[in-house]
Amino acid sequence: MTFDVAIIGAGIVGAACALECAREGMSVAVIEAREIGGGATAAGMGHIVVMDDSEAQFALTRYSQNLWIELSKEMPADCEYEACGTIWVAADEEEMAEVHRKQEYYSKRKVPTEVLDARQLQEAEPNLRKGMSGGLRVLNDSVIYSPCAARYLMERAQKRGAKLIHGRVEELKRDGAKLSDGSFISAGLVVNAAGSWSPLLTPGIDVKKRKGHLVITDRYPEFVRHQLVELGYLKSAHSLTSDSVAFNVQPRKTGQLLIGSSRQYGVEDSKVENLMLSKMLDRAIEYMPKLAGLSAIRSWTGFRAATPDKLPLIGPCPEHENLYLATGHEGLGITTSLATAKLLIDQILKRPSAIPVEPYLPSRVKQEAVHA
Amino acid sequence: MDRKRLDCDILIIGGGPAGLAAASSAAKNGRSVSIIDDNPNPGGQIWRGESSKSSIPQAAALLNKVKDLGVDFIGGARVFDQPEDHLLLAESLNDVLELQYSKLIIATGARERFLPFPGWTLPNVMGAGGLQALVKSGMPIDGKLVIIAGSGPLLLAVASYLYKHDAKIVLIAEQTSRSNLLKFGLGLIGQPDKILQAIDIKKQLFGVPYKTNCWPVSAHGHGKLESVKLKQDDRTFEIDCDYLACGFHLIPNLELPALLGCETDDGVVKTDQFQQTSVPDIYCAGESTAIGGLDLSLVEGEIAGYAATGNEQQAEHLFNSRQKHRKFADLLNRTFELRDELKALPDQSTIVCRCEDVTFDRLRQYNEWRAAKLHTRCGMGPCQGRICGPAVEFFLGWKPESVRPPIFPARLDNLIRVATASAEVDTVTR
Amino acid sequence: MRETVSLAVNGIPVTVPQGAMVSAAVAIAGFIGFRRSVTGQPRGPLCGMGICFECRVTIDGQPHRKSCQIPCSNGMDVRTDG
Repeated sequence: MTFDVAIIGAGIVGAACALECAREGMSVAVIEAREIGGGATAAGMGHIVVMDDSEAQFALTRYSQNLWIELSKEMPADCEYEACGTIWVAADEEEMAEVHRKQEYYSKRKVPTEVLDARQLQEAEPNLRKGMSGGLRVLNDSVIYSPCAARYLMERAQKRGAKLIHGRVEELKRDGAKLSDGSFISAGLVVNAAGSWSPLLTPGIDVKKRKGHLVITDRYPEFVRHQLVELGYLKSAHSLTSDSVAFNVQPRKTGQLLIGSSRQYGVEDSKVENLMLSKMLDRAIEYMPKLAGLSAIRSWTGFRAATPDKLPLIGPCPEHENLYLATGHEGLGITTSLATAKLLIDQILKRPSAIPVEPYLPSRVKQEAVHA
Repeated sequence: MDRKRLDCDILIIGGGPAGLAAASSAAKNGRSVSIIDDNPNPGGQIWRGESSKSSIPQAAALLNKVKDLGVDFIGGARVFDQPEDHLLLAESLNDVLELQYSKLIIATGARERFLPFPGWTLPNVMGAGGLQALVKSGMPIDGKLVIIAGSGPLLLAVASYLYKHDAKIVLIAEQTSRSNLLKFGLGLIGQPDKILQAIDIKKQLFGVPYKTNCWPVSAHGHGKLESVKLKQDDRTFEIDCDYLACGFHLIPNLELPALLGCETDDGVVKTDQFQQTSVPDIYCAGESTAIGGLDLSLVEGEIAGYAATGNEQQAEHLFNSRQKHRKFADLLNRTFELRDELKALPDQSTIVCRCEDVTFDRLRQYNEWRAAKLHTRCGMGPCQGRICGPAVEFFLGWKPESVRPPIFPARLDNLIRVATASAEVDTVTR
Repeated sequence: MRETVSLAVNGIPVTVPQGAMVSAAVAIAGFIGFRRSVTGQPRGPLCGMGICFECRVTIDGQPHRKSCQIPCSNGMDVRTDG
């Protein structure tokens, strides 16, 4: 048979796209080489956050967060949706100025936030080191157990007829996907949602692997109450190419703490690197000294699919007939998966979207190159 | 946390019989030898609580010898990572230890295999070796009603120990068949010491019912164990008790050798005739290379100790003895092989992963480990799948996944290496 | 005479022989559940050798300590959650 659409990858983005396509009555095949949500979906922190690096990033993250808030009302318990909020932590007055700038930006756009002074921050998160200047609480941010969320989206798609096909895609053709076992999945449209593997299937797209490390602890309920992120990046040369670490801790619904984060380019090996792990944990303990004595039960790495402008590629792939992209989500794939699926199906069905789609079109990269 | 650094010629992981034997033969040559073990004292599981004044002559002799040879024993410390070649990290209550070595001998032994059945998570349902270890650690057992069940020679050893400590052994239930045991007995001809051991234990346990073809199917109680249902042939019966000590033979501890990249084959570490693993400078002896009992562990340890210090000739003298004990090991493992009926032990709601409380019916929705782990968290708790992993392998045939550091939960700050300052990493970004 | 160690389990004073593990003190104090599982079931020791993590208790305010591998010491404050 020929499917209306073949989606490559059953990560959270592929699963969300499958559900949207199936909802519109399309016949859908999702081709996954491993397990549902087994790539960056499983390796990442699983946050649903509004971000403001650019207007386009803000628009996409907020749109998607609202979709998640709706979906959370019906998600099963094992998705562990927890509306814990984020606190952007300001270590000094310079970072406090960023808190105010951010607060103004968010409040203009009706994102609920609260500025915390030093005392309020200490009350909100007693285990942060003393002497912080304050922080910005973003109330609607949440965390989720992503592999189960991906599976939930996939199951809903399957209930509407989507087929999950286990196999490794070797080549994308204009009329389908060729698998490594020699079989061919015939489809009217193909969606490349293979995350950091996507450039292997669609050579030429500017998606690079960006490696990250994470550590998870045993259960310490109430040790941390919000997702905590530092604002310290203001002082470092914020480079797209060099390796870096940052303080980023999340409370999971289980009571466990997820500790990040690190970023590396140009590393293919997935092994846990002692140096990066050490730097990352050093930074975490600097912000939260009592983390030092907690029991760490596991560390792992994963690869984000990063683009140069930190925006995903959503839409038709230039010069490849019938091929759509839904990839390049870097560290925001969980957050923006639901909106990605909406923007994708809108483009497939040639109908208007809730937010402008232009900033995410794969063709933008080429245009910029021409103008540069 | 204090950081301590230790440099030694020969580092031995595990202070049970294999590790002690390795230390004794390695230290004879004037090398600096250190043993590290997670228990406070040497002896391993089988000689837990024994000292150089032990009433077990073999234990006393070996513990004395190791002491006299000046072997350094580091107790209460657990290896959790290998940050670079020839360097291990271990954690104790107050310290993190950096252990630098020229040659490493892994003697991490074995653990009990647990098979989940309804009620096995009730307090006072324990491993057979588990209950013995707890009693050796000071837990009173006198006057308590104990059922010992599962499989393997450990059951009898535990029964004998608990009996001497005035427990009331209600029943010993062995899953293997009487005919397997008879074949085992016949196989022992030519090994009179082992037959004598068996007769001795049998004498000590005079009057304690020993049933073959018999295994527990469920445990019952409110908040703690009160009774156990067992099955023998087609009959099911229920017995009241205070403790169920239940383990289904042993499985090798492979996490450390796996972390170090040592090849394994069919669930044991592969070694050459000198007990060397596939990784240069790393040897392995004892139950990690095959479940074979005390004598095989001792001789393998001795060979490894000689080989690691360049004494191949002395090692070669022990090859015949090892061969004899390996035959016994084969016989042992055939005798106590698990019967297929045990695959029906868990019901749908039986918890398989005790860390994350994952039930059997949830696991059965998947067809391989990784997906099950990701979507149910089975095996993702602090025991890192050491308890549920072997059970899942037996029930569902899923092979264990690769190991990642830390191989045991460790204090967060112990994961940080100090020598990182030189490297170029931006401290922050998003 | 053997030396002894005195400690408290859930506030109850216990005296144990020198070298006894915390797991023994918990049992001697009369507690059977050592911890609560993630779904709230009471649990006690299983493996006795530091592998299963079922015997975890809080010692001197530090949660998740393996009682079967930590020797008792004078003045220790042990809390169970079973």
